[in-house]
Amino acid sequence: MKATGGITFAIAGYGLFSKFAFAKENEKSQEKQITAWVHLDTTGQITIFNPAAEMGQGSMTALAVLVAEEMDADWSKVNIDYSPIEPGIYGRSWGRGRSRGGTMLTVGSYTVSGYYDNLRHAGAQVRYVLLHNVSQKWDVPLDQLRTSSGFVIHDASNRKISYGEIATFATVPAQIPEIPEDQLKSPEDFQSIGKYLPRYDVPAKVDGSAQYSMDVKLPDMVYAVISRSPVHGSKPSILNENIIKEIPGIVDVVALKHGIGIVAESIELAIDTRKKLEIKWSSREKAETHNSSTAYADYEKIASDRNQRGNVIVDKGNVDDGLVSASKTYTYDYKNDYVYHAQMEPLNAVVSIAEDGASADVWVGTQGPAGARSAAANALGLKTSKVKLHCCYLGGGFGRRSMSDYVSEAALLAKAVKRPLKLIWTREDDLQYGAFRPMSLQRMQAGVDKRGNVIAWQHDVVGTGGRLLATGASTNYYSFPNQKIQVIGVDHGVRTKHWRAVGHGPNKFAIESFIDEIAADQKLDPVTFRKNLMKDFPRALKVLQTAADMADWDKKSSNGKAKGIAFGERSGSLVAGVCEISIDKVSSKIKVHRIWAALDAGIVVQPDNAVAQMEGAIIFGMSSILNESITFKNGIVQESNFHDYPLLRMADAPESIEVKIIESQEPPSGIGEAGLPWVGGAIANAFASLTGKRLQHLPFTPEKVREVLES
Amino acid sequence: MDKSTFVIHVNGQKHRVEVESNTPLLWVIREHIGLMGTKFGCGVAQCGACTIHLNGNPVRSCVLPVSAAEGSEITTIEGISEDNSHPLQKAWIAEQVPQCGYCQSGQIMQAVALLEKNKKPSREEIITHMNGVICRCGTYVRIIKAIERATLEG
Ligand code: FES
Ligand code: FES
Repeated sequence: MKATGGITFAIAGYGLFSKFAFAKENEKSQEKQITAWVHLDTTGQITIFNPAAEMGQGSMTALAVLVAEEMDADWSKVNIDYSPIEPGIYGRSWGRGRSRGGTMLTVGSYTVSGYYDNLRHAGAQVRYVLLHNVSQKWDVPLDQLRTSSGFVIHDASNRKISYGEIATFATVPAQIPEIPEDQLKSPEDFQSIGKYLPRYDVPAKVDGSAQYSMDVKLPDMVYAVISRSPVHGSKPSILNENIIKEIPGIVDVVALKHGIGIVAESIELAIDTRKKLEIKWSSREKAETHNSSTAYADYEKIASDRNQRGNVIVDKGNVDDGLVSASKTYTYDYKNDYVYHAQMEPLNAVVSIAEDGASADVWVGTQGPAGARSAAANALGLKTSKVKLHCCYLGGGFGRRSMSDYVSEAALLAKAVKRPLKLIWTREDDLQYGAFRPMSLQRMQAGVDKRGNVIAWQHDVVGTGGRLLATGASTNYYSFPNQKIQVIGVDHGVRTKHWRAVGHGPNKFAIESFIDEIAADQKLDPVTFRKNLMKDFPRALKVLQTAADMADWDKKSSNGKAKGIAFGERSGSLVAGVCEISIDKVSSKIKVHRIWAALDAGIVVQPDNAVAQMEGAIIFGMSSILNESITFKNGIVQESNFHDYPLLRMADAPESIEVKIIESQEPPSGIGEAGLPWVGGAIANAFASLTGKRLQHLPFTPEKVREVLES
Repeated sequence: MDKSTFVIHVNGQKHRVEVESNTPLLWVIREHIGLMGTKFGCGVAQCGACTIHLNGNPVRSCVLPVSAAEGSEITTIEGISEDNSHPLQKAWIAEQVPQCGYCQSGQIMQAVALLEKNKKPSREEIITHMNGVICRCGTYVRIIKAIERATLEG
């Protein structure tokens, strides 16, 4: 944190303290009171501290905009720096509100919504302090002063003073009043929120200077790679340790519970030497029996057993009665393979332990700085207060960097060799020791009465990964009188993890495909059919209608193309979208030509960035829908790099992605993942409209397309 | 394997490095010379994050042994301008292309090479030329817009 001349504001629940006052007077209560820091120097430069990870989602800029807006700061004078890692101070709430402290995890697209009230309030308190100081200095009532873009202005005497000048004499009162909600700006007065502002981090990401932990280089630093368990849980015994250790430039060979680390003077030597390791792995781990391609057959059996009781998410009315009394029932299964995060920067971390062993520095890109710090501290046998975490930009997170396994590893290796150390996961490591979005089978059942109303809806999710399967299974915006949703877990002993939008991807794919299948059978237009189900939810209706209008839904595509629509929600935001696709006759590849999507995310702080997030999530979603699949054979991941785990490339991106943000004064909701969940259903529905056949198993590779077309 | 001395020219400067002859140029540029703008993404010429110019041609430095780079002019992202003033960098900022940013040095280096050979590429030519560089964050739509902008304003 910078601390040159000027004032640092610690914005507190019931007080705003200067840096020094804060340190002295609030030793006991600091954890509860303080939520954000603003530093103002005498040249007018403002530093706003960012408590969230920046992994491309843009919240580093958005959060600073919230503070700057209420401060009436001149945006060109704003610098953004990482906040200290004090979750009790800089954490966010999970919902809305001004409660201070909480988690510092950057997950679930909660950052802007979780800090929205707090940081605007923080900005308003800084503004109050500036006004208060000028009011005393000029001896004019505070309510005769106003602020505008970095100045306090007294119209009556035609005087104005810059924030930088105020910093030369300002003192920070011991107690700053809470600023009541109604004294914050009302949305019509916003200067920055909802307007175009370029992202703070973009220039450094265009000239190569943005620092990722991968880019940290320390004097005397050594490099490490690890050979990790091919089957999760298996333990290594190294057979040729002495031979390896004798190779010039090898610093050490370090046995870990789940692998063997090679530490070398250069990264190329570490990678080369790893190939020479002879390791015997322990056997009979649970994961060893797992074959992902045959697991679906077991899932089907489980889903067919009506006595199976899972973790019930929704149980409303009586689904069994509803199905029995229905005039027509439908049952379909949908499947999704494991998928891998594939964040572009492979996992890595840099650890440097002080010579006396009593403290350490860690450089890392992490979605959970507090967890990463604890992981390092535990590995090093230090208190967390002795570990200084240097947060770096994340070359993608998508959920993978909310784990800290790679930080523990780096710390253990650095501890073993007592030298600054950079641990790099190669792409193969990152993929094969991944923690995947789980595979699952969704058994969907519905009953429809004579008039075409869906009177029963049952959704059984069977798969591995526990609660990761549950998110997005609820149909929050469709009303069904009788409904049951449950997750039936099967443990395969493999690593699973949150992956952008978590369960929403597979679940919305199943729900939105199923809705379309029923609509088609009922000879109803899929938009009309959905609108009937949504009639109690005006926001959802508007989103759906907007997307349909954008895509000119009623006009059929020609030239071998067809459109499909789907609806989704995530992190409180609503999205509906339309895809227009065709199928290449020769390759059987699905080509997505155009996409139209409507987003209701409440107040949108950075609209251009919101559009960028939508574009990104849509392409990320398309990649998972069309290309991505991880296969386990006897517990071993079969894919290894981008040649056999292909990500979507530019040639397969849509010709256009049109995004419309619906004007709203509702509180902000999350955007980074909301663009993803609807994509699978929309592509599957477009495919059905084009061919009359259903794709029910993700991903829709050319082989699967061919299979379905020939069936 | 034994180390040898290699003299390589990066962004107009000479660097003497002591490495094994099969060391990928990527590691030499990053970890030996310390120019960190060029990224490691896959190590097997699949993603393009490590793209640099070798005598003006875009190459994947992760699979180019240092011995093959001796005597050639190497340009990295740090070498295309001092101050983000290359027309493509300006266009990249105007279109707000990067998200996580990790692929963007490779994207920009690949695009620079295109415009040096072809001042007015068509959309199809852009896509064909850029297709080897992966962006996991999905910034493709904006990359195309930025290249089109640079060709108009360049
Ligand atoms: S790192 Fe060289 S192409 Fe991926
Ligand atoms: S911006 Fe993240 S990979 Fe391209």
